[in-house]
Amino acid sequence: MTGRESARRSAAAFSIARTGAMVLRYVYILRGSWPRIIELAYWPLMQMVMWGFISKFLATNSSWVAQGAGVLIGAVLLWDVLFRGQLGFSVSFLEEMWSRNLANLFVTPLRPYEFVLSLIIMSVIRTLIGVLPAALLAILFYRYSVFDLGLPLIAFFFLLMMLGWAVGLVITAVILRFGLGAESLAWIAMFAIAPMSGVFYPVAVLPEWLQAVAWALPSAYVFEGMRAVIFDGSMQLDSLVTALLLNIVYIAAAGAFFLYTFHVARRDGLLMSVGE
Amino acid sequence: MDDQAAGDGSSPDLCASAPSIEVRGLIKSYGAVRAVDGIDFSIAPGETAALLGANGAGKTTTISILIGLLVPDSGSVTVLGEDMLRHRYRVLGRINLSSPYVDLPRRLTVEENLRVFGNIYGIKDIPRRIGELAEELDLGPLLGRPSGQLSSGQRSRVALAKALINRPEVLFLDEPTASLDPDTADRIRTYLAAYQARENATILMASHNMAEVERMCSLVMIMKAGRIVREGAPRSLIEHFGRTTLEEVFLDIAREKAAQ
Repeated sequence: MTGRESARRSAAAFSIARTGAMVLRYVYILRGSWPRIIELAYWPLMQMVMWGFISKFLATNSSWVAQGAGVLIGAVLLWDVLFRGQLGFSVSFLEEMWSRNLANLFVTPLRPYEFVLSLIIMSVIRTLIGVLPAALLAILFYRYSVFDLGLPLIAFFFLLMMLGWAVGLVITAVILRFGLGAESLAWIAMFAIAPMSGVFYPVAVLPEWLQAVAWALPSAYVFEGMRAVIFDGSMQLDSLVTALLLNIVYIAAAGAFFLYTFHVARRDGLLMSVGE
Repeated sequence: MDDQAAGDGSSPDLCASAPSIEVRGLIKSYGAVRAVDGIDFSIAPGETAALLGANGAGKTTTISILIGLLVPDSGSVTVLGEDMLRHRYRVLGRINLSSPYVDLPRRLTVEENLRVFGNIYGIKDIPRRIGELAEELDLGPLLGRPSGQLSSGQRSRVALAKALINRPEVLFLDEPTASLDPDTADRIRTYLAAYQARENATILMASHNMAEVERMCSLVMIMKAGRIVREGAPRSLIEHFGRTTLEEVFLDIAREKAAQ
């Protein structure tokens, strides 16, 4: 193929090959570093060990936990899906900042939305690497299988991942705008919504004014939905639809914010100076 | 442009075809600082041109605009016949950049880096293209090594390989031989000249190496405070200033002796 032929292909508005190339780039990073892969699974495993023992203790001292076997372990696993989903997205972006590679990428035909799609795919891969070992550990050690949640688990997983992508988009936009000085946001931002998400307790526990905030978060519907499945065996479909609609709104808003920030980065010359 | 040296006839005939790069009235400010102040220039297909200037003269800002990384305040930029400000994606697959100010991912091997960029550019037979570049730029022993473990000279050659992976019709080079030893730098210059002749590629470089510019370029544009203050073929500029080297011309202009 001549250079001109490849250039014509490059002009296509969307390319799976370009998106795949970016995924390949991140897979190369993971493949080349066993400590990184171990690190992905390390914290979810440690969380699982700790919350597993807490669950065993509370099962004999709390009627609420006793009635809902695995409610805390399930919550830990789903929280990790949300947190790892966002972190997987943001850290893949940070790889470009750390290696001062953004300018190389954006003088190619790679579109910003193809780049974002590759970050989304990587967040799924990194989350599965992180959470699956913890889920298997829960079966082995505590005889609790999160897979017993059945089909709703798939909905919970993707609803939480979507929220992770929305938050990840906002965080990466802020890092793109303000540089690596803002990189710690990738590790701490998600904890700001944890108290309102009702991860380990019902939203009803929150003060009334905070409940209003909680019900604006898709994660609150997911964790309430998980408890409904565990305690009542019921799936609250309307809650899941509400969470999906909220996620769509947040992803659209976060995507627009990211694209606006990308425009600002091109206006202010930030793409050449990132990482410094 | 304040002044122009007379052409010496060595530049390609600009009337023969549309310019590869055409810039008109380009202005870019950062706050109160005007980094590029209304520059105009054209570079013909197959021509090698250089932007010269002291640090902060506006060279990198100009190149950043030309490759679509930076949006100007006003003016127009046409590359390969396309408006870069409106349709840059029609062009980006046909151009490339090598700059010491951007890195390739350090944890990836040289081959992995080239493979990723080959895929982004839609190169069909990537192993073959990597093999060609490895042979031409003497990268064979480096292909399996992480980019972060290379010397600065080796990194420059790998960056150049990345910049050539898509056989660009227009190549932007920022300090292409800055960290290379004299022997390697000479081989890179020879290679670039051969590439330009073979592909009829246009090359625009920013460099502080005046001997390199004299040897490689048919057009030199000297920038100062965001403006092109002199433009012409190296030989004609040297004769115009009554000097023996381009470096002396550059120093004259930088120290404002040109006005005397």
